[in-house]
Amino acid sequence: MSNAPVTRKHASSLRGGNLPKWAPWAIAAGAVAVAVGIGLGAGLDSKVQWGLIAAILFVLGTYVIAARVEGRRQAKDRVATNLVWGCFIVAVIPLASLIWETVKRGAKAFDMYFLTHSMGVVADNEPGGGIYHALLGTLEQVGIATLIAVPIGVLTAIYLVEYGRGKLAGAVTFFVDVMTGIPSIVAGLFVLSFWILILGMGYSGFAGAMALAILMMPVVVRSTEEMLKLVPNELREASLALGIPKWRTIIKVVLPTSIGGITTGVMLAVARIAGETAPVLLLVWGTNFINNNPFDGPQASLPLYIYRQYSAGTDVATDRAWAAALVLILFVMILNMGARAIARWKAPKTGR
Amino acid sequence: MAKRIDVSGLTAYYSAHKAIEDISMTVEPRSVTAFIGPSGCGKSTFLRTLNRMHEVTPGGRVEGKVLLDDEDLYGNGIDPVAVRRTIGMVFQRPNPFPTMSIFDNVAAGLKLNGSYKKSELSDVVERSLKGANLWNEVKDRLNKPGSGLSGGQQQRLCIARAIAVEPQVLLMDEPCSALDPISTLAIEDLIGELKERFTIVIVTHNMQQAARVSDRTAFFNLSAVGQPGRLIEIDDTERIFSNPSVQATEDYISGRFG
Repeated sequence: MSNAPVTRKHASSLRGGNLPKWAPWAIAAGAVAVAVGIGLGAGLDSKVQWGLIAAILFVLGTYVIAARVEGRRQAKDRVATNLVWGCFIVAVIPLASLIWETVKRGAKAFDMYFLTHSMGVVADNEPGGGIYHALLGTLEQVGIATLIAVPIGVLTAIYLVEYGRGKLAGAVTFFVDVMTGIPSIVAGLFVLSFWILILGMGYSGFAGAMALAILMMPVVVRSTEEMLKLVPNELREASLALGIPKWRTIIKVVLPTSIGGITTGVMLAVARIAGETAPVLLLVWGTNFINNNPFDGPQASLPLYIYRQYSAGTDVATDRAWAAALVLILFVMILNMGARAIARWKAPKTGR
Repeated sequence: MAKRIDVSGLTAYYSAHKAIEDISMTVEPRSVTAFIGPSGCGKSTFLRTLNRMHEVTPGGRVEGKVLLDDEDLYGNGIDPVAVRRTIGMVFQRPNPFPTMSIFDNVAAGLKLNGSYKKSELSDVVERSLKGANLWNEVKDRLNKPGSGLSGGQQQRLCIARAIAVEPQVLLMDEPCSALDPISTLAIEDLIGELKERFTIVIVTHNMQQAARVSDRTAFFNLSAVGQPGRLIEIDDTERIFSNPSVQATEDYISGRFG
């Protein structure tokens, strides 16, 4: 740590002392060296402890040296920068390692055959088989849930932002907040008791889609509400002042202006429900065979497939579970990229 | 096609707060009437009551009469949407629709009302843009977004959008306050041309502007903060600026307060 240079302080009243660009690296190297020394000297086993000591030394060292050379304000600035970077890295490590692990383990069983075949005639301990039935089930269930939840959610948000005043709007907002907190298993049990036990319908993809729609609706309402609130009031007034009725103003001016954000919100909600297992387990039941019809008979879905394959416990089944997890992540990722593309394509244009 | 406005005993509220009280005046057709007065005296609120935009604000409420050629805008069975088609408005900050091209911005009033023939649309857009002195600057890029124009051009685009629906009256709420002197001049010239066809009411904080563009000037004031704004006097612009009949007007235009 002694190799940090000491530039002259207060050369002029406007020009303070400055650490050279390589100083942080030097301090980091010094901190690591000292931490290794302490670790070896004290006989600490865990390398995590070494790392933590190095990190603390680095932050302290930066503060002390920067405070001496550059002054206290810049020293605090450097420490704050270090903390922000540290938090960022801590946040990214689990995400990156999750993706790495899934790709590494999932690639083994992942190929075209896996995507286009079902588990119909494959036992848990046999290789082969695939996720066609589960992928189909997820697409159909999520699709139906989206078809139910998006119109209701967007219209509710329009009511809340453009029309809602007073008690009714307050009540709707309150219940949307409550719905946001419903655990997915409760939504599943609700549809189970209402649709299957009281009305006597059988297990089906549609029953699962209803539970997923219940989970999706509040997310769509919330995100759409925020996006509509972002539309400047001046645009609404400009439209109304042209003698355009309020409902046309909403359809032709307010919604197009916010459509990018609304789509993003919907896609995030879809991504959320695509990974739900509990309601699917209760209502769709699961099957190893291909069932095209979401309104009749059990279907499979990706999360349920992963759960079943993993609990089967054999090596080939575990490989299939990881490959299915990879497909689920890809599915959500593609949806997100689609949402971003739409948001960019529809965003208010600025070019000249 | 320009119409005359007769206001009598007009009072406007924001919920329980009385913003302007008991205003009566006449706005002559084919002329420019300017509203001047200190901030918060209710000029903009009064302007917005003239095309029923005041009630768009939550809690906005109006009492009194606004006659447009003998028809009360606040009478029974009057459709506020129809009123706003007849009485157009230009706002303080230029607000072109960000999702639409220059062409679509001008055509918005017709397109979104659904009452147009396709063949006429481009004629109307060209006529309106020429009317707003913007045609030469944008004729080669009608399909580009309106938000890519400069502030002054955007404001003229908004004026073109407002006159495209052929209103009888044009209300302007400080249309130049966000613009530089050159754009301001362009819009003042435009106001001079537009008054041949429309009745124009303009709110302005710039007294030189009021003196330059208007035929008649109304001075608004409020007796104290929290009190409702009132119309102090309305007269020919020349008279207001040379020999006003109320002392407060003279104090305001000579810069002694406000």
